[in-house]
Amino acid sequence: MQTSTMTKPISNGVNTEALIGARGAFEQMPEAAAFTFGSTCDWKEGTYSTNTINGYFGLGQDQERKETFRIDSDHPEVFAAADRAPTPPEIVLAALASCLTGGVAAVAQHRGIQLHRMRAMVEGDIDVRGILGMDPEVRNGFSAIRVRFEIDADATAEEIRALVAQSQKRSAVFDILTNPTAVNVTVA
Amino acid sequence: MKHIATLIIGAGQAGLAMSRSLSDRNLPHVVLERGEIANSWRHERWDSLRLLTPNWQSRLPGHAYRGDDPDGFMSMPQVIDFLTGYAAASKAPVEERTRVLSVTAQGNGYDVVTDRGDWHCDALVLASGACNIAAIPALAADVPQQIAQITALDYRNPGQLAPGGVLVVGASASGVQLAAEIRAAGHEVFLSAGEHIRMPRHYRGRDIQWWMDRAGIHTQRPDEIDDIERARRVPSLQLVGSHAQRFCDLNSLAEQGVEITGRLSAIRDGTALFSGALANHCALSDLKMNRLLETLDAWAGERGTGGLGPVERFAATACPAAPRLMLDLARGQVRTILWATGFRPDYRWLHMPVFDRKGRLCHDQGIVAPGLYVLGLPFQRRRNSALIDGVGADAAALADHIVRTRDRSAA
Repeated sequence: MQTSTMTKPISNGVNTEALIGARGAFEQMPEAAAFTFGSTCDWKEGTYSTNTINGYFGLGQDQERKETFRIDSDHPEVFAAADRAPTPPEIVLAALASCLTGGVAAVAQHRGIQLHRMRAMVEGDIDVRGILGMDPEVRNGFSAIRVRFEIDADATAEEIRALVAQSQKRSAVFDILTNPTAVNVTVA
Repeated sequence: MKHIATLIIGAGQAGLAMSRSLSDRNLPHVVLERGEIANSWRHERWDSLRLLTPNWQSRLPGHAYRGDDPDGFMSMPQVIDFLTGYAAASKAPVEERTRVLSVTAQGNGYDVVTDRGDWHCDALVLASGACNIAAIPALAADVPQQIAQITALDYRNPGQLAPGGVLVVGASASGVQLAAEIRAAGHEVFLSAGEHIRMPRHYRGRDIQWWMDRAGIHTQRPDEIDDIERARRVPSLQLVGSHAQRFCDLNSLAEQGVEITGRLSAIRDGTALFSGALANHCALSDLKMNRLLETLDAWAGERGTGGLGPVERFAATACPAAPRLMLDLARGQVRTILWATGFRPDYRWLHMPVFDRKGRLCHDQGIVAPGLYVLGLPFQRRRNSALIDGVGADAAALADHIVRTRDRSAA
């Protein structure tokens, strides 16, 4: 056999063994699987604000990251803002796209499928008469969200469709967007 | 207190197959039955139900369908006749109208308290069924008072329902069959569908059960499956025991005028909220169906395709583009919610630490503890463990285990 025909282990940069190990550990100790994530948002001016994200609770204790992340948000000029950062709904779309994309990579790794290139294009429709309070029949949020994947991988079209379906099935943000969540807002 | 080597709890197909397997090995035993033989089939099924497996596939140790319609599907009276005939032919020692109240470990055996006297046994087989209790989601507590709630265990026929709309929750075999029946009776029907599996009744000219039987799908073992816990929870295939239509799926229901929604995620202030994941659940269902059909085609390719029709593929489920996300339950449009959200076994009388933290009975291919066995649970030893056709092989394996254990302790 020529060396060039030897199969190379597939790698999508996902440590499946570690994830499977975590499943085993959480099976034994379900309370360790209870995580709380958070973000702190400081108002700058107008619709401009900055989130800082670092600590979270998980594995039974507070966790700290090496780096603090920032996510800014603003509104475009048509809304009389300075357009210094994406709008919050765009950040939600980005979160969905990242969640599904990471999910596809993890599922592909688990199924032994080598990915070469992947891109998700996400769109959400909003009728802004809702947030402007012009029509109680119009909701504030997205009336529809569409995600279109372009995936180049060593797999059949059917296998790729199955990756994308499984990613949705296990996605946190897909669940957050497709099912209601109780949200409780208080003032300190 | 009476003593017997082996006690079996339940005289359905599992208990009767176990009894027959023990008799075949000359092992003394008694079968305790809370009601009559085939009790669940008599009292916990809807009127129009027929088995999802063809008559030829009702095979039990020493007993099989012998009628003139091997490709038909038994009605409930026919299932009852089939099982009472089996009990008689096997001379099964069934004590009817004997309800088990408590089971505890005692010495090297088990004490079984019933409403008609107490027993001690060396070995105990739980054959009381996998579908004793309708599993209802916790959100049922949020259903407005004026809405009637009924489960697939209590439902008999559309005549039981108040006039007006019905929300059927669940799209496995029970949910799709009941949605179709209730819609045909003239009700407005909404069907809330989460994960489900679409399946044609017949494929390439053969019943789908013929394929799964011949291709060995039914006899797959737990160690041949990636995630057995998931496989045990797989919803039943969207089938109906009838040759009249090929599919009883979301497409056929939509054509019939049933409105399909996503999974019921919450009831908030009297409004039912449905998941927006219906498109993915439809995609997953089509992918699962097509994977099975590919497996069957591959098997047919190896054995030769004589007598089979050509390979077929079916158009994807026509999922509604913008499915309803909300349904106001206070407006009077919906009068009844029918929960077709699955079943679970009832072991409230089993006082032993043999359950996992979710309350599921722990067992290894039916062996729960020394001398304690379970029979008839989904994918217990084979994929078809919970089917009439699959329980016999499991019963024989447990009977062999009982023989080996007895011989070891006697040695």
